Amino acid sequence: MIEHIELFFKSIFIDNMVFAVFLGMCSYLAVSKKVATAVGLGAAVIFVLAITVPLNWLLDQYLLQPGALVWLGPEFAEYDLGFLSFIMFIATIATMVQLVEIVVEKFSPSLYNSLGIFLPLIAVNCAILGGSLFMQSREIETLGLAVNYGISSGIGWFLAILAIAAIREKIRYSNVPAPLRGLGITFIVTGLMGIGFLSFGGMLTGGDEEVEEAPKEVVVVETTEIEKEEDNQLKIVN
Amino acid sequence: MGLLSKKDAKLITDPLADNNPITIQVLGICSALAITAELKASLVMGIAVLFVLGIGNVVISLMRNIIPSKIRIIVQLIVVASLVIIVDQVLKAYAYELSKTLSVFVGLIITNCIIMGRFEAFALGNGPWKAFLDGIGNALGYAVILLAVGFFRELLGSGTLFGIPVLGDPIEKTGLYSTGYENNGFMLMPPMALIIVGLIIWVQRSRNTTLIED
Repeated sequence: MIEHIELFFKSIFIDNMVFAVFLGMCSYLAVSKKVATAVGLGAAVIFVLAITVPLNWLLDQYLLQPGALVWLGPEFAEYDLGFLSFIMFIATIATMVQLVEIVVEKFSPSLYNSLGIFLPLIAVNCAILGGSLFMQSREIETLGLAVNYGISSGIGWFLAILAIAAIREKIRYSNVPAPLRGLGITFIVTGLMGIGFLSFGGMLTGGDEEVEEAPKEVVVVETTEIEKEEDNQLKIVN
Repeated sequence: MGLLSKKDAKLITDPLADNNPITIQVLGICSALAITAELKASLVMGIAVLFVLGIGNVVISLMRNIIPSKIRIIVQLIVVASLVIIVDQVLKAYAYELSKTLSVFVGLIITNCIIMGRFEAFALGNGPWKAFLDGIGNALGYAVILLAVGFFRELLGSGTLFGIPVLGDPIEKTGLYSTGYENNGFMLMPPMALIIVGLIIWVQRSRNTTLIED
């Protein structure tokens, strides 16, 4: 249980998709002019991540990892299909996003209209593929943790785009120098937010936990004192 | 191959400044920020994108009349993914340490919006030679920004360029360090890349005022 909570908070604050690893920056910059559209896109990202990361985890576990094909038969234990990861991940993502688009169009036409072009764009949003790739490279262990990672990294991205949209709405009334207006100031403000998020780095380390120290090995060196003078002299051995 | 015609040459030079994929078209930001702590990584990433975008643009352009519109995103993704797999395997074979530094960002070239962006905006509507030049131009524009950010981050953050110490030795206190200068470790942290790109945008738009947004 504790590792779920740890992963949850770690993915939102410490390994935040936008501030720590810069995933999904293009849509982050393009959609953050108004809070309303930012919320819509953020929610879509959480949803897509929550579905695709566990799906890709299953693919990775049973198809792509070295030795994963064992369930087909013991002679397959040596196959390593890892190099197919990119194509398989992006294929699941593209399919899932297409499905999400169809579902959203059917059940909530207003949301569909407001998201417009963004839904197909989510398929190529590096945050989505990045979520799956980080899940693979960090070797997330169980399906439950994969779901947790998908949702929490989505929430992290959502927090970031919500914050920058709110700031951009207000900053229109400030005296930003003309060449910095729009894109430039967004970069700088995002950088400052990133610096702020760095402060979360100490959140899950140290604290009140007592860490059991491994017993230190004491090495005893035996030394023998030479008691007799004659023993100290080189002797010719026959 | 003779001299490029004026229009063709423009395909290469435009993205270097006025239509830069990162600072003007706002594409390809993710990898530009994440891996630029070292100049070597920036260079390798630039070369990788050059390879993928150059060849990808030509392939898509050659296929542009036979791809049905409904599945064109999927076809584009497959072309890019295959090229990136090649890049990834070559990197893992010949530059293993570097591939560890670049980690998932090699894979993320697939979703690098520059590539999909140029496919949609150019390759689908133009012939292979022009598409190739456009791909090269945009990849070079991308690489220029990457190298600029990487240059400042590595120089100010660790006092080295391509791993070679240029300001002296920080431990022995030779060169610039003897005056009391210290490396700004903060430059190696992710947020500084954002601020440096913001400053580059500031400089670029001050010089070319037509690019200013309202």
